[in-house]
Amino acid sequence: MDQRNFLYMFYGFAAAWFLLAAYLLTLVSRESKLRKEVDNLKRMLEEREKKG
Amino acid sequence: MKNKILMAVALASGLYLVRNLYVILLQLPDEAAQGAIYRIMYFHVPGWITSFSAYFLAGLASVWYLIKRDPRADEYAVALTEVGTIFTMLGLATGMVWARIIWGVWWVWDPRLTWAFICFLIYAGYLMLRKTIDEPGQRGRIAAVVSIFAFVSVIITYKSIDWWRTQHPGAVLSFRAGEQRMDPAMEGMLFHNWFALTAFAGVIMMLRLGQERMQRELDALRRYTHSL
Repeated sequence: MDQRNFLYMFYGFAAAWFLLAAYLLTLVSRESKLRKEVDNLKRMLEEREKKG
Repeated sequence: MKNKILMAVALASGLYLVRNLYVILLQLPDEAAQGAIYRIMYFHVPGWITSFSAYFLAGLASVWYLIKRDPRADEYAVALTEVGTIFTMLGLATGMVWARIIWGVWWVWDPRLTWAFICFLIYAGYLMLRKTIDEPGQRGRIAAVVSIFAFVSVIITYKSIDWWRTQHPGAVLSFRAGEQRMDPAMEGMLFHNWFALTAFAGVIMMLRLGQERMQRELDALRRYTHSL
Protein backbone atom coordinates (compact mmCIF):
# COMPACT_ATOMS: atom_id res chain seq x y z
CA MET A 1 0.00 0.00 0.00
CA ASP A 2 1.11 3.55 -0.78
CA GLN A 3 2.46 4.99 2.49
CA ARG A 4 2.10 8.69 1.48
CA ASN A 5 -1.36 9.27 2.91
CA PHE A 6 -1.62 6.24 5.10
CA LEU A 7 -1.76 8.21 8.36
CA TYR A 8 -4.66 10.39 7.20
CA MET A 9 -6.47 7.34 5.86
CA PHE A 10 -6.10 5.85 9.32
CA TYR A 11 -7.50 9.08 10.86
CA GLY A 12 -10.51 8.88 8.56
CA PHE A 13 -11.22 5.26 9.42
CA ALA A 14 -10.62 5.93 13.12
CA ALA A 15 -13.05 8.89 13.05
CA ALA A 16 -15.75 6.71 11.46
CA TRP A 17 -15.33 3.82 13.92
CA PHE A 18 -14.98 6.13 16.89
CA LEU A 19 -18.27 7.90 16.06
CA LEU A 20 -20.16 4.63 15.70
CA ALA A 21 -18.62 3.13 18.85
CA ALA A 22 -19.29 6.30 20.88
CA TYR A 23 -22.93 6.35 19.77
CA LEU A 24 -23.32 2.67 20.60
CA LEU A 25 -21.92 3.28 24.10
CA THR A 26 -24.31 6.23 24.54
CA LEU A 27 -27.20 3.96 23.57
CA VAL A 28 -26.13 1.29 26.05
CA SER A 29 -25.78 3.77 28.93
CA ARG A 30 -29.12 5.46 28.05
CA GLU A 31 -30.83 2.07 28.00
CA SER A 32 -29.56 1.10 31.44
CA LYS A 33 -30.65 4.47 32.88
CA LEU A 34 -34.13 4.12 31.38
CA ARG A 35 -34.48 0.56 32.68
CA LYS A 36 -33.47 1.66 36.16
CA GLU A 37 -35.98 4.52 36.15
CA VAL A 38 -38.82 2.31 34.89
CA ASP A 39 -38.02 -0.35 37.53
CA ASN A 40 -37.85 2.26 40.31
CA LEU A 41 -41.21 3.76 39.33
CA LYS A 42 -42.85 0.32 39.07
CA ARG A 43 -41.50 -0.63 42.51
CA MET A 44 -42.72 2.66 43.95
CA LEU A 45 -46.20 2.09 42.52
CA GLU A 46 -46.33 -1.46 43.87
CA GLU A 47 -45.38 -0.23 47.34
CA ARG A 48 -48.07 2.44 47.19
CA GLU A 49 -50.68 -0.11 46.14
CA LYS A 50 -49.69 -2.41 49.04
CA LYS A 51 -50.02 0.49 51.51
CA GLY A 52 -53.24 1.82 49.99
CA MET B 1 -37.30 -13.83 19.22
CA LYS B 2 -37.05 -10.23 18.02
CA ASN B 3 -33.95 -9.68 20.15
CA LYS B 4 -32.35 -12.83 18.75
CA ILE B 5 -32.95 -11.64 15.17
CA LEU B 6 -31.49 -8.24 16.08
CA MET B 7 -28.43 -9.90 17.61
CA ALA B 8 -27.99 -12.08 14.52
CA VAL B 9 -28.18 -9.06 12.18
CA ALA B 10 -25.75 -7.13 14.44
CA LEU B 11 -23.29 -10.01 14.38
CA ALA B 12 -23.65 -10.51 10.62
CA SER B 13 -23.18 -6.81 9.87
CA GLY B 14 -20.14 -6.68 12.22
CA LEU B 15 -18.54 -9.66 10.48
CA TYR B 16 -19.41 -8.20 7.09
CA LEU B 17 -17.74 -4.89 8.04
CA VAL B 18 -14.59 -6.72 9.20
CA ARG B 19 -14.49 -8.73 5.96
CA ASN B 20 -14.93 -5.49 3.98
CA LEU B 21 -12.09 -3.84 5.92
CA TYR B 22 -9.83 -6.76 5.00
CA VAL B 23 -10.66 -6.36 1.29
CA ILE B 24 -10.44 -2.55 1.38
CA LEU B 25 -7.07 -2.47 3.15
CA LEU B 26 -5.33 -5.56 1.86
CA GLN B 27 -6.82 -6.60 -1.46
CA LEU B 28 -7.86 -3.48 -3.36
CA PRO B 29 -5.05 -1.55 -5.07
CA ASP B 30 -4.25 2.12 -4.37
CA GLU B 31 -5.91 4.71 -6.56
CA ALA B 32 -3.43 6.04 -9.16
CA ALA B 33 -3.73 9.75 -8.31
CA GLN B 34 -4.73 9.70 -4.62
CA GLY B 35 -2.76 6.79 -3.19
CA ALA B 36 -4.13 5.18 -0.01
CA ILE B 37 -6.38 8.05 1.08
CA TYR B 38 -9.09 7.24 -1.51
CA ARG B 39 -10.12 4.34 0.79
CA ILE B 40 -11.94 6.87 2.99
CA MET B 41 -14.54 6.79 0.20
CA TYR B 42 -15.68 3.38 1.52
CA PHE B 43 -17.01 5.05 4.66
CA HIS B 44 -17.68 8.56 3.36
CA VAL B 45 -20.06 7.70 0.51
CA PRO B 46 -21.97 4.84 2.24
CA GLY B 47 -22.22 7.06 5.35
CA TRP B 48 -24.01 9.74 3.35
CA ILE B 49 -26.26 7.30 1.50
CA THR B 50 -27.24 5.71 4.83
CA SER B 51 -27.95 9.07 6.45
CA PHE B 52 -30.03 10.30 3.51
CA SER B 53 -31.98 7.02 3.47
CA ALA B 54 -32.66 7.39 7.20
CA TYR B 55 -33.88 10.99 6.72
CA PHE B 56 -36.10 9.89 3.84
CA LEU B 57 -37.70 7.16 5.96
CA ALA B 58 -38.02 9.60 8.87
CA GLY B 59 -39.85 11.98 6.53
CA LEU B 60 -42.22 9.18 5.49
CA ALA B 61 -42.82 8.26 9.13
CA SER B 62 -43.56 11.92 9.87
CA VAL B 63 -46.12 12.10 7.05
CA TRP B 64 -47.65 8.90 8.44
CA TYR B 65 -47.80 10.47 11.90
CA LEU B 66 -49.56 13.58 10.62
CA ILE B 67 -52.13 11.48 8.77
CA LYS B 68 -52.80 8.79 11.39
CA ARG B 69 -51.50 10.37 14.62
CA ASP B 70 -49.94 6.99 15.35
CA PRO B 71 -47.31 7.37 18.13
CA ARG B 72 -45.31 4.49 16.63
CA ALA B 73 -44.68 6.62 13.51
CA ASP B 74 -43.24 9.37 15.72
CA GLU B 75 -41.02 6.80 17.46
CA TYR B 76 -39.70 5.62 14.09
CA ALA B 77 -39.14 9.22 12.96
CA VAL B 78 -37.01 10.15 15.97
CA ALA B 79 -35.00 6.90 15.93
CA LEU B 80 -34.30 7.23 12.19
CA THR B 81 -33.38 10.89 12.50
CA GLU B 82 -30.95 10.28 15.34
CA VAL B 83 -29.20 7.46 13.46
CA GLY B 84 -29.22 9.60 10.30
CA THR B 85 -27.54 12.44 12.21
CA ILE B 86 -24.78 10.11 13.44
CA PHE B 87 -24.12 9.02 9.85
CA THR B 88 -24.16 12.68 8.74
CA MET B 89 -21.43 13.33 11.32
CA LEU B 90 -19.55 10.32 9.96
CA GLY B 91 -19.84 11.71 6.41
CA LEU B 92 -18.68 15.17 7.47
CA ALA B 93 -15.74 13.88 9.57
CA THR B 94 -14.43 11.46 6.93
CA GLY B 95 -14.92 14.09 4.21
CA MET B 96 -12.85 16.61 6.17
CA VAL B 97 -9.92 14.19 6.55
CA TRP B 98 -10.10 13.35 2.85
CA ALA B 99 -10.26 17.06 1.94
CA ARG B 100 -7.17 17.78 4.05
CA ILE B 101 -5.09 15.61 1.73
CA ILE B 102 -6.78 16.20 -1.63
CA TRP B 103 -7.58 19.93 -1.33
CA GLY B 104 -4.97 20.86 1.30
CA VAL B 105 -7.61 22.23 3.68
CA TRP B 106 -10.00 20.65 6.20
CA TRP B 107 -13.01 22.62 5.00
CA VAL B 108 -14.17 24.93 2.20
CA TRP B 109 -17.51 26.73 1.95
CA ASP B 110 -18.33 24.94 -1.29
CA PRO B 111 -22.10 24.55 -1.93
CA ARG B 112 -22.05 20.77 -1.33
CA LEU B 113 -20.16 21.04 1.96
CA THR B 114 -22.15 24.07 3.10
CA TRP B 115 -25.47 22.36 2.41
CA ALA B 116 -24.28 19.16 4.07
CA PHE B 117 -23.46 21.21 7.16
CA ILE B 118 -26.82 23.03 7.01
CA CYS B 119 -28.52 19.63 6.71
CA PHE B 120 -26.68 18.44 9.84
CA LEU B 121 -27.68 21.61 11.76
CA ILE B 122 -31.34 21.27 10.75
CA TYR B 123 -31.59 17.64 11.89
CA ALA B 124 -29.61 18.36 15.09
CA GLY B 125 -32.13 21.19 15.63
CA TYR B 126 -34.99 18.71 15.14
CA LEU B 127 -33.57 16.49 17.89
CA MET B 128 -33.06 19.47 20.23
CA LEU B 129 -36.54 20.80 19.52
CA ARG B 130 -38.07 17.51 20.63
CA LYS B 131 -36.40 17.89 24.02
CA THR B 132 -38.08 21.26 24.59
CA ILE B 133 -41.71 20.07 24.16
CA ASP B 134 -43.20 17.98 26.98
CA GLU B 135 -46.66 17.24 25.65
CA PRO B 136 -46.30 14.12 23.42
CA GLY B 137 -49.03 15.04 20.91
CA GLN B 138 -47.72 18.55 20.36
CA ARG B 139 -44.13 17.27 20.21
CA GLY B 140 -45.02 14.67 17.59
CA ARG B 141 -47.00 17.16 15.47
CA ILE B 142 -44.37 19.92 15.45
CA ALA B 143 -41.49 17.46 14.99
CA ALA B 144 -43.25 15.81 12.05
CA VAL B 145 -43.72 19.16 10.28
CA VAL B 146 -40.04 20.07 10.90
CA SER B 147 -38.90 16.65 9.64
CA ILE B 148 -40.86 17.00 6.40
CA PHE B 149 -39.49 20.50 5.71
CA ALA B 150 -35.98 19.41 6.78
CA PHE B 151 -35.94 16.86 3.98
CA VAL B 152 -35.69 19.77 1.50
CA SER B 153 -32.12 20.28 2.78
CA VAL B 154 -31.34 16.63 1.95
CA ILE B 155 -32.58 17.09 -1.63
CA ILE B 156 -30.54 20.29 -2.05
CA THR B 157 -27.43 18.59 -0.59
CA TYR B 158 -27.89 15.60 -2.88
CA LYS B 159 -28.43 17.71 -6.00
CA SER B 160 -25.85 20.42 -5.15
CA ILE B 161 -23.08 18.69 -7.13
CA ASP B 162 -25.27 18.89 -10.23
CA TRP B 163 -26.52 22.44 -9.68
CA TRP B 164 -23.23 24.08 -8.66
CA ARG B 165 -19.99 22.69 -10.07
CA THR B 166 -17.31 23.92 -7.66
CA GLN B 167 -14.80 22.19 -5.38
CA HIS B 168 -16.56 18.94 -4.50
CA PRO B 169 -16.32 16.28 -7.26
CA GLY B 170 -19.40 15.56 -9.36
CA ALA B 171 -21.29 12.26 -9.54
CA VAL B 172 -18.96 9.26 -9.73
CA LEU B 173 -21.17 6.26 -8.97
CA SER B 174 -22.48 4.63 -12.15
CA PHE B 175 -26.17 4.68 -11.13
CA ARG B 176 -25.93 8.45 -10.85
CA ALA B 177 -23.36 9.33 -13.51
CA GLY B 178 -25.01 7.08 -16.10
CA GLU B 179 -21.64 5.57 -17.05
CA GLN B 180 -18.79 3.64 -15.43
CA ARG B 181 -16.42 6.26 -14.00
CA MET B 182 -14.79 4.09 -11.35
CA ASP B 183 -13.12 0.70 -11.53
CA PRO B 184 -15.93 -1.90 -11.14
CA ALA B 185 -14.04 -3.70 -8.34
CA MET B 186 -13.72 -0.45 -6.37
CA GLU B 187 -17.34 0.53 -6.98
CA GLY B 188 -18.55 -2.97 -6.10
CA MET B 189 -16.72 -2.81 -2.78
CA LEU B 190 -18.36 0.52 -2.06
CA PHE B 191 -21.79 -1.09 -2.38
CA HIS B 192 -20.66 -3.99 -0.16
CA ASN B 193 -19.69 -1.54 2.58
CA TRP B 194 -22.86 0.47 2.09
CA PHE B 195 -24.89 -2.72 2.59
CA ALA B 196 -22.94 -3.60 5.75
CA LEU B 197 -23.27 -0.07 7.16
CA THR B 198 -26.99 0.02 6.37
CA ALA B 199 -27.49 -3.28 8.21
CA PHE B 200 -25.55 -1.88 11.17
CA ALA B 201 -27.60 1.34 11.02
CA GLY B 202 -30.76 -0.79 11.04
CA VAL B 203 -29.63 -2.52 14.22
CA ILE B 204 -28.81 0.70 16.09
CA MET B 205 -32.06 2.23 14.83
CA MET B 206 -34.00 -0.70 16.33
CA LEU B 207 -32.13 -0.26 19.63
CA ARG B 208 -32.97 3.45 19.62
CA LEU B 209 -36.60 2.64 18.77
CA GLY B 210 -36.79 0.33 21.80
CA GLN B 211 -35.54 3.16 23.99
CA GLU B 212 -38.10 5.58 22.60
CA ARG B 213 -40.82 3.08 23.54
CA MET B 214 -39.33 2.67 26.98
CA GLN B 215 -39.26 6.46 27.35
CA ARG B 216 -42.98 6.62 26.52
CA GLU B 217 -43.68 3.92 29.10
CA LEU B 218 -41.66 5.91 31.62
CA ASP B 219 -43.55 9.13 30.83
CA ALA B 220 -46.87 7.31 31.22
CA LEU B 221 -45.75 5.85 34.57
CA ARG B 222 -44.64 9.30 35.75
CA ARG B 223 -48.00 10.83 34.79
CA TYR B 224 -49.83 8.02 36.59
CA THR B 225 -47.65 8.45 39.70
CA HIS B 226 -48.33 12.19 39.79
CA SER B 227 -52.06 11.63 39.39
CA LEU B 228 -52.19 9.42 42.52
